Amino acid sequence: MIEIKNASFKYPNDFVALEKIDLTIKEGEKVAIVGQNGAGKTTCVKMMNGLNKPFEGDVIVDGVNTKDVTIATIARKVGYVFQNPDEQIFNSTARKEIEFMPRYYKLSEEEVRQRVDHAVEICDIGKYLDTNPYEIPYPIRKFVAIAAVIASKPKYIILDEPTAGQDLHGTQVLGRLVDTLTNEGMTVITITHDMEFAINNFDRIIAMAHKNIICDGTARDIFWNEEVIKEAKIKKPAIGELAKRLGLDGRILFCDELVDKL
Amino acid sequence: MSFIELKDVSYKYPYTKDFALKDVNCSFEKGKFYGIIGENGGGKTTLCNLIRGLIPHFYLGKLTGECKIEGKDIRDWDTAELSSKIGYVFQNPFTQISGIKSTVFEEVAIGLENLGVPKDEMIERVMKVCEQLDIGHLIKNNPNNLSGGQRQRVAFASIIAMDTDTLVIDEPTSQLDPEGTENVFKIIESLKHSNKTIILVEHKIDLIAQFCDEILVMENGSVAFSGPTHEVLTKRELFEHKASIPEVSKFGLAMEDAGKPLSAIPITIEEAYELIKERG
Ligand SMILES: Nc1ncnc2c1ncn2[C@@H]1O[C@H](COP(=O)(O)OP(=O)(O)O)[C@@H](O)[C@H]1O
Ligand SMILES: Nc1ncnc2c1ncn2[C@@H]1O[C@H](COP(=O)(O)OP(=O)(O)O)[C@@H](O)[C@H]1O
Ligand SMILES: [Mg+2]
Ligand SMILES: [Mg+2]
Repeated sequence: MIEIKNASFKYPNDFVALEKIDLTIKEGEKVAIVGQNGAGKTTCVKMMNGLNKPFEGDVIVDGVNTKDVTIATIARKVGYVFQNPDEQIFNSTARKEIEFMPRYYKLSEEEVRQRVDHAVEICDIGKYLDTNPYEIPYPIRKFVAIAAVIASKPKYIILDEPTAGQDLHGTQVLGRLVDTLTNEGMTVITITHDMEFAINNFDRIIAMAHKNIICDGTARDIFWNEEVIKEAKIKKPAIGELAKRLGLDGRILFCDELVDKL
Repeated sequence: MSFIELKDVSYKYPYTKDFALKDVNCSFEKGKFYGIIGENGGGKTTLCNLIRGLIPHFYLGKLTGECKIEGKDIRDWDTAELSSKIGYVFQNPFTQISGIKSTVFEEVAIGLENLGVPKDEMIERVMKVCEQLDIGHLIKNNPNNLSGGQRQRVAFASIIAMDTDTLVIDEPTSQLDPEGTENVFKIIESLKHSNKTIILVEHKIDLIAQFCDEILVMENGSVAFSGPTHEVLTKRELFEHKASIPEVSKFGLAMEDAGKPLSAIPITIEEAYELIKERG
């Protein structure tokens, strides 16, 4: 369990990016975080893996306060895939990047190979394995960064805007990946601006605005609350918007629901 | 004659074995808003690189066929002259930010500075685009301390500040929230109204459907479909062709499959609403 308790964070320039946040994420959950640019989403998830330490309040991962341990200790449990993959990737081939953590953990060759194969398969990057990450197109480079974190087998994995720049295929790979990882027992936390992706793949959605969490619930709780949509500067998914204009009840968000209703 | 015209264009980057563009034929008229969509790796950025003259002037490699801008072959254009006619917003905002400027203001002004625009005019134009793009409050910040979405807006601002007749814009909203995305589309639409030609690469199909006059679907280096937005997006083949189509178009197809078709396939929420109302 990850518990954020009354936590506030400021950057070295004294800019306060989060004010008194409370949030609990249980094992096995699939959570999406949505909200305006600059709302503090990245700042918040970086508290979960200890990269950001709150100046007041606490962040507790499986009973351990992030203030009491090193980032490396927490990172073993909480894997974070950066918004910008170039802040993360440093090896000369995709394969070396993905092998890096398993080797650092001194796993057996067999185990390293298994982990790499598995991560490469679910990220669908087999044909880029021996390519220099900087020659790999940006959206696919993001999958290399994701595969590297998956191969380190954290208990919790945080994906920071993985949908940015993805085409239909990339978005579908991501949707399947979220399912596969949670089925294998991982907890998945994703930041996204793709509302359709959020409603199609996550049971729990958190909306952030004004340095805080303004709503935490199901897709319907978020996307049928006009106040939340306005404050978080998000957008009601197209089918929901159509249902609203038609004056239909039932908090419709999905295509089949609307087809049934008409 | 079209403003930009490509005939049988093929192109291969240096040291690669596959062609990134294969027999591309297309043209762009002045004053229209074009959307380029399609799978990643399909050649969208390569097409932009060509129109902006980076191919063949910066990227060598093998170019065949004909690409003409205002009737003149791309090989014969002077790149500096072309850059004052065609603004280009790169795909990756993390690379467009110059890294050499210490404030957002200077970053946005960088192109105007290179063009030698007088100082007063430069300040006015920079302030105007910063307000338009909601980064006015950030002008004194260091570009390197911005969030991904803020950076993307800065990169976009620095190009529209240059006020070129044509804009080639490669995925300007990938890091933006829904409101910021819609705002960018509205700004692009307003540029169209001042008779600029816009070529926009984008994955957000619902907005492409709402705003673009024409679209091109790129696939594996070729133009798979092209034409007026409505015509292209309502093709069932497109849907079956692993391209994304608007949510309401999927809904229209699903109504057909359920045996209760609307009288046409909608591409925007407004159209869908009208079609449902009309049916009663
Ligand atoms: N290194 C930094 N120094 C100062 N301010 C920062 C830094 N990184 C982010 N910020 C500011 O903190 C706020 C929240 O940023 P961030 O968490 O990245 O937002 P989000 O991920 O929701 O877009 C923004 O206003 C941003 O400008
Ligand atoms: N600078 C480059 N050098 C070599 N190959 C490239 C370069 N840029 C793109 N490519 C290749 O050209 C093809 C088309 O890529 P691109 O135009 O970037 O597609 P898109 O923008 O549709 O994602 C891809 O196979 C890609 O790997
Ligand atoms: Mg962020
Ligand atoms: Mg591209």
